[in-house]
Amino acid sequence: MSQTTDIQGPPRQSFSIGKIWTDKRTRGLVIQLLATIAICAVVLYLANNVVENFQKLGKPFGFSFLQQESNYDINQTLIEYSSRSTHARAAVVGILNTLLVAVCGIILASILGFILGVLRLSPNWLVNKLAYCYIEFVRNVPVLVHILLVHGILVHSLPKPKQAIDVADSFFLTNRGFFVPKPIAEPLFWAVIAAFVIGLIYAFWYRRSARIKQAATGEQSPVFWVMLGSIIGLPVLVYILTGMPLAWEIPELKGFNFKGGMALKPEFMSLWIALSLYTAAFIAEIVRAGIEAVNKGQTEAALALGLPRRRTLNLVIIPQALRVIIPPLNSQYLNITKNSSLAIAIGYMDIVATIGGITLNQTGREMECMLIVLGLYLFFSLTISSIMNWYNKRLALVER
Amino acid sequence: MSTSTSPYAPGEHPDEKPPIGQSGLVNWVYTNLFSSPFNIILTLVTAYFLYKILPPMFNWMFFDAVYVADSREHCRELNSGACWGFIGKRIGQFTYGFYPHELRWRVNLTFLLFIVAVLPVLWDNMPKRRLMLWFSALFPFIGFWLLSGGLGLETVETNKWGGFMLTMVIGVTGIAVSLPLGILLALGRQSDLHIIRWVCTGFIEFIRGVPLITLLFVASTMLNYFLPPGSNFDLLLRVLIMVVLFSAAYLAEVVRGGLQAIPKGQVEAADAMGLKYWQSMRLVVLPQALKISIPGIVNTFIGLFKDSTLVVIIGLLDPLGIGRASLSDTKWQGLSTEVYVFIALFFFICCFGMSRYSIYLEKKLHTGHSEE
Repeated sequence: MSQTTDIQGPPRQSFSIGKIWTDKRTRGLVIQLLATIAICAVVLYLANNVVENFQKLGKPFGFSFLQQESNYDINQTLIEYSSRSTHARAAVVGILNTLLVAVCGIILASILGFILGVLRLSPNWLVNKLAYCYIEFVRNVPVLVHILLVHGILVHSLPKPKQAIDVADSFFLTNRGFFVPKPIAEPLFWAVIAAFVIGLIYAFWYRRSARIKQAATGEQSPVFWVMLGSIIGLPVLVYILTGMPLAWEIPELKGFNFKGGMALKPEFMSLWIALSLYTAAFIAEIVRAGIEAVNKGQTEAALALGLPRRRTLNLVIIPQALRVIIPPLNSQYLNITKNSSLAIAIGYMDIVATIGGITLNQTGREMECMLIVLGLYLFFSLTISSIMNWYNKRLALVER
Repeated sequence: MSTSTSPYAPGEHPDEKPPIGQSGLVNWVYTNLFSSPFNIILTLVTAYFLYKILPPMFNWMFFDAVYVADSREHCRELNSGACWGFIGKRIGQFTYGFYPHELRWRVNLTFLLFIVAVLPVLWDNMPKRRLMLWFSALFPFIGFWLLSGGLGLETVETNKWGGFMLTMVIGVTGIAVSLPLGILLALGRQSDLHIIRWVCTGFIEFIRGVPLITLLFVASTMLNYFLPPGSNFDLLLRVLIMVVLFSAAYLAEVVRGGLQAIPKGQVEAADAMGLKYWQSMRLVVLPQALKISIPGIVNTFIGLFKDSTLVVIIGLLDPLGIGRASLSDTKWQGLSTEVYVFIALFFFICCFGMSRYSIYLEKKLHTGHSEE
């Protein structure tokens, strides 16, 4: 196409000040320029204020205070910590506690949410309405009220350690926390872990090769059973063969409280339970909407092709429902992580309560502490959402 | 199938009753509760569960409850259920916080005026709606004047505000201010101007990435650093700013969803008709975009209303703050369940009402053009 006709652009207009505003492009440039200047001015003004305020208060700015002794105790820690440790270590304890409650919450809320969502779709009127009432009630009450309510019930209604509710002589429910047996690994236990890892690798390798085989020859392999056998069966077998190298430390009542075992403090329990119950109600609605979004014709077509019910569910309905479910589910997971910051209301020492609470009050470094907390939450949020986005992209419909 | 043998002319056949068992109560019970063995088991298990849970709950809440009492001991002497007498004794504080007793009429009056102001906004067939909307526009100023005083009224410091009144103040202000701000942010994020878009995107992502409680901490501890030395302004105002920014960022994302759902042809058509940017947004794009994002917008409002409870953590006396303060009274210790159930009921009624209204609004605005 080398035809060069004399297509002329719009006639060149002579420059004038008034045109800057009437031409769309130059107007855009002017607006952006003004916006840049305004933003720079505001940032400079704020920065100037910060510098002046710091000078006036005679405070240095810096993060060296993190190396000082913290002088406070934390009642539940995942790593070794005492009041002699540094503020930085307290912050790490806080981060781990946040992550602990977020991960536990995400798992429990997902399980409960999926169950509730399916119940909500049940043709059984009673079950359906019960799930509806639960979801509506829980969703419309602030999560902080849930946390305080559960905490109040756990602390005030459960018995003292002496009258602990005893489940099978090894689990004890008290108002000082839940005491469960603690696993203690004996030397040979590494063999079991190794077996588990090997089983896991083999299972995924097997699944992959089975898929390739099916694509090439159409033959199907018993993938599910082989995966089950290698992931669970193999470690169990090794565990029995090596003479069960895992001891359980059972908690015992000594004096006024239980000793030994693993203690789940009431603060952690109430935060975990409340966050999970609350978020489960939201997840249930997401799951229901996702399943309802799959066209009924899809099920009918799958059945008409002769797929059995279970395969219809696995191969047709769930993959399509997940595509609708994942994005809002992602934001619920982020919400759990962010809502775990309410821990401070009941004294669970998460990152807000350690670095943004006691450390801040002890050292008076508001600016630095808040910057750390904000930065960490941004990091968590971006990490979770990028993982979920990656997963979402894998599931997304490949269009033309 | 030929119908020529029918003794009735086409369309003249009288309606017959469905066979017994295909309709009515029996059929309903059968299809909804006992249609299959699995369903029967499910029904029985659920019924047993309800039988175990409901009677104790109702007994605790109503039948064994004590409605008038002087202390927790007194409650326990009278009956074994909930001790609502505690709530009754403190209901004034739960509603008004520490607002001076003799000035509470001002809060009541503001609440009445609020209802008058909000009616024309929610109910569009109202007689004299135009006139009433003017009042709605003026209400924020009248309400602020009535609550805080000045100009002839005795001033009441905001640290005396509390209880449900504080929740309403935060909720209503937040909702009213964050919606326009959220729309602006959403438009900014969709803008062709790079710098505007980057600033809006950065702001939205930052706010959405951190929990509200950290922003409230920023408001209560760090904000003073950003102001000229020596200046200090009201804590409630700082909190309100943070709440508004927080929910504006969430609203912006909801509205953006609505904006993205509007076909590009709409904007192009508006351009072709010679509408300027703001005209095309105001007259063409936003009415459609806002309509589809109503459920999300109301959900954000509900979230904001619920999140107003977080102010208790930085020391404002919302209902939870009043509740905690009352629980430290030795006469009433250990009644946390009553307090929190009471507060939960308040929030449930407000938020459930809002979500019902949104469903009504959706139905009303549904013009049959969406892809259903």
